[in-house]
Amino acid sequence: MPHDHSDHAHPHSLLPSDPALRVKALETILTQKGLIDPAALDEIIDTYENQIGPHNGAHVVARAWTDPDFKAALLADADAVVSEMGYYGRQGEHMVVVENTAQVHNMVVCTLCSCYPWPLLGIPPGWYKSDAYRARAVREPRKVLADFGVTLPEDTAVRVWDSTAEVRYLVLPMRPEGAEGLDEAGLMDLVSRDAMIGCALAGTP
Amino acid sequence: MSRVHDMGGRFGDGAVVPEPEGEIFHADWHPRALAVTVACGTLGLWNIDVSRHARESLAPMDYARFSYYEKWMAALADLLVERGALSADELAQGKALGDSPLAAKRLKRDAVAAMLAKGGPADRPSTVPARFVPGDTVQIRALAENVTVPGGHTRLPGYAAGAKGTIVRMHGSHVLPDSNAHRLGEAPEPLYAVAVRAVDIWAHPEHPQDEVILDLWDSYLAPA
Repeated sequence: MPHDHSDHAHPHSLLPSDPALRVKALETILTQKGLIDPAALDEIIDTYENQIGPHNGAHVVARAWTDPDFKAALLADADAVVSEMGYYGRQGEHMVVVENTAQVHNMVVCTLCSCYPWPLLGIPPGWYKSDAYRARAVREPRKVLADFGVTLPEDTAVRVWDSTAEVRYLVLPMRPEGAEGLDEAGLMDLVSRDAMIGCALAGTP
Repeated sequence: MSRVHDMGGRFGDGAVVPEPEGEIFHADWHPRALAVTVACGTLGLWNIDVSRHARESLAPMDYARFSYYEKWMAALADLLVERGALSADELAQGKALGDSPLAAKRLKRDAVAAMLAKGGPADRPSTVPARFVPGDTVQIRALAENVTVPGGHTRLPGYAAGAKGTIVRMHGSHVLPDSNAHRLGEAPEPLYAVAVRAVDIWAHPEHPQDEVILDLWDSYLAPA
């Protein structure tokens, strides 16, 4: 029977205990060893700090709100649609978009780690990765929503999607009343990151 | 019994604290930790399931006290030594003690965009037939454990183990983490979204209509 070796050795304890020094030490050794290029690290950080973020997801949502054919295609095969918009990539290889309605409110969590649709929302916020969210979202989603100031109608069911595989979920929030006159850019401003995780509603114009 | 990371449904964690959308990192070293981890992944020494298992295999006390990116750094250091990319002496001394044949695989700056855009899809052709279709009722395995490797990786959370569920969506065939995390092959098999009713898994469900949906592999399921 194969054996799991990982319980026996934890070399990480040889590094400095202060996390900032720990990262610095690891980066230094790896750079000296030729295993990482600090310029490549800068490029990765710039990508997620300045290029990829919730505006990508908001773009998808705003278009779905204004174009019924686009929305139907998005709900049927999100991979094809987001790829065409240039939003395919790491941690978003298998996308599914789930639609909020008056009957069903969707929320997304990863109870086992922190799986999250990076190409559409960027790096997950701290609360998404927190023990409290991972522990509570599946058992008491309505109390978690209350932490965000959201109260659902009593007859709305909650569906919590636990991202246990490599499929990544994006919530399509309900389009708010009174947004009829807004163009795509105006609608994007109503779509927050938290709404696309299912922990907020779309903003009102 | 699973490991410390399997915390879905746990009591006692307190409030979820929202934060502004512009806040991505909370310390200067957080983005470096993220980037070092992503860059080391391209050396080809492990797959995503191996790296998840390395984080889950931190001692429970460390897992609980480490912040998010501290877990990443600890697991990364453990993997680099386990795979021979760095030595324990190098970690202890804080400097390289010799060259590495892996240096040729180093991620270059001009390769970053293509690497991130390419991603790492997990769908594969499989010879395992899909036993279920949407609408089928299934019985989820009662043991939230890796059934091949003691203490091994699995993606079946404890809170759903043993419950009845309904297939709501098919995802095609995907790499099986329980095998891939232990370098036993990708062993792809059908993957389904399975809905479990809150009333079937919690003693005090918030609402009779609520559901949790999990992505579960064919071998986690049996006909109900």
